Amino acid sequence: MSIAEDVLAGRRYALSRVLTWIENDTAEGQEALRALFPHTGRAHLIGVTGAPGTGKSSLVNRMAYYYRHPPEGEPRRVAVVAVDPSSPFTGGAILGDRIRMRDLAGDSGVFIRSMASRGALGGLARTTAGVVQALDAAGFDLIFIETVGAGQAEVDIARLAHTTLVVEAPGLGDDVQAIKAGILEIADILVVNKADRPGAMATLRALTEMLKLAHPSQETIMHHGQRMTAAAGVRKADAPLWVPPVVKTVALNNEGMDDLAAAIARHRAHLEATGEWQVRDRVRLQTELENMLQEALMQHWRSRVPEGTYRRILEAVFTRRLAPADAVAQLLAADAPRPKNLPT
Amino acid sequence: MTERRIRVLIAKPGLDGHDRGAKVVARALRDAGMEVIYTGLRQTPEMIAEAALQEDVDVVGLSILSGAHMALVPRVLELLKQNGQEHVRVFVGGIIPDEDVPRLLEMGVYAVYGPGTLTDDIVGDIRKAVLGAETAGA
Ligand code: B12
Ligand SMILES: Nc1nc2c(ncn2[C@@H]2O[C@H](COP(=O)(O)OP(=O)(O)OP(=O)(O)O)[C@@H](O)[C@H]2O)c(=O)[nH]1
Ligand SMILES: [Mg+2]
Repeated sequence: MSIAEDVLAGRRYALSRVLTWIENDTAEGQEALRALFPHTGRAHLIGVTGAPGTGKSSLVNRMAYYYRHPPEGEPRRVAVVAVDPSSPFTGGAILGDRIRMRDLAGDSGVFIRSMASRGALGGLARTTAGVVQALDAAGFDLIFIETVGAGQAEVDIARLAHTTLVVEAPGLGDDVQAIKAGILEIADILVVNKADRPGAMATLRALTEMLKLAHPSQETIMHHGQRMTAAAGVRKADAPLWVPPVVKTVALNNEGMDDLAAAIARHRAHLEATGEWQVRDRVRLQTELENMLQEALMQHWRSRVPEGTYRRILEAVFTRRLAPADAVAQLLAADAPRPKNLPT
Repeated sequence: MTERRIRVLIAKPGLDGHDRGAKVVARALRDAGMEVIYTGLRQTPEMIAEAALQEDVDVVGLSILSGAHMALVPRVLELLKQNGQEHVRVFVGGIIPDEDVPRLLEMGVYAVYGPGTLTDDIVGDIRKAVLGAETAGA
């Protein structure tokens, strides 16, 4: 039995090993992802972002518990991927999000994995998407992805998730500024957590006001500035706009989880009704493919152009004798016209 | 591009509230370039083994100053083995009477540390334990 089959059969340690290989970008990891890929595309990916300390992990703990013990219907299987920053100096990291996720211990329908950002700046690690794919293939219905929470717009998460929660908390000082800096654009649902704290109503009002202002331009910013070519024809032209709701929670006391779950369910229904679910899926896959293609083409091309030629042309640019655009033209011409070991 | 990072779980089993040592060690390991999963206080052996499995760690570090080590440590070792993680190195630190040290080592604990241990020594021992078995690296 291959390890991918073990993962599909629900063996937790096999899954955990595969996640490590993916995270380390090893050949085994790529092999496993290849085998798991046909089984992906079923999970609802829920991003959770927001400034440090707003209560993202506490909220994920409560929400995951809610889906494990729903007031009605079957329990859903839940995975959590929690990303914390790596030290830029040593590369080390303290991953502390599990501290807040104690309520999920001992439940075999839950899988929590911590990841260090390993130098990536967009709020996720470079391999988070791969880790999420493996969890998706392993059959988790919902996958929560907690970002580093730099407080700025974290575009990576909006690109990866179907539904992005932006978590705010009262009393974070200039949080209104941070919101303006672009976080509204990635929010599908705004959460005001720590609603037990003074100032919660003010934060709620400020967010609601901003949403009203942002609403007219919603359509253009909804898709995170992504090219939508793959998606052409999928989205319905007269699809209703999604206006992000503002939901009040107190993760500390388990308040507001039903409201939040209802908002998530509404967003999912909206994505499905408008074709946006498929749009996001396709955008995600196209982005992934193009990134890989770019890397592969670059490598392939470099292996075909003599190092001396490359150095010479680079030197001409350094000494301002050749403009970069002309250098590119010359470098492309230096390659043989027909690459012969490309698969046809 | 392959990147191998030593992953360590630092846990405080039992009802012991002394967490300074665990935090000092966690920080030292981070500063040495390791990825440290810190799970906080009052962990049962079951929670520790479950976290070790989900996080696929190389090392489990237990910090115990309550005197309950002879009950807690064997249970953690047993659960790791049950989960197929007998290769995970278990390090123990805190207040461990001298006479208990050989018994812990015999059970399969990799090393035991008391008050005043230099964190550099702990870092060196973990590197040796994890990378010594492999071909080497950072
Ligand atoms: C500070 C302290 C406290 C503080 C704790 C603050 C905190 N948040 O940590 C407070 C005041 C709260 C406290 C309370 C109590 N304490 Co007290 N406390 C101490 C004291 C003086 C120092 C501990 C410490 O922080 N050291 C500094 C750290 C950095 O050192 P360390 O933990 O030993 O860690 C080092 C090594 O052991 C090792 N290490 C530790 N963990 C790990 C883990 C790994 C993986 C590795 C590799 C290495 C490693 O590396 C570290 C660096 O060198 C010790 C006495 C002593 N000298 O140790 C008593 C001591 C631990 N306390 C003791 C007691 C009895 C108590 C109380 C029960 C007292 C009471 N009756 O109320 C309560 C219980 C609290 C509780 N909920 O558990 C006893 C324990 C006796 C025993 N086990 O047999 C001690 C030994 C005092 C004594 N001589 O009686 N305590
Ligand atoms: N008063 C109050 N405190 C809360 C609430 N939710 C979380 N907290 C506390 O806020 C602190 C931070 O919570 P976390 O869940 O760790 O926040 P986080 O956003 O995941 O933090 P980082 O991962 O470090 O960015 C903890 O001390 C929580 O107990 C809440 O609803 N009300
Ligand atoms: Mg967190």
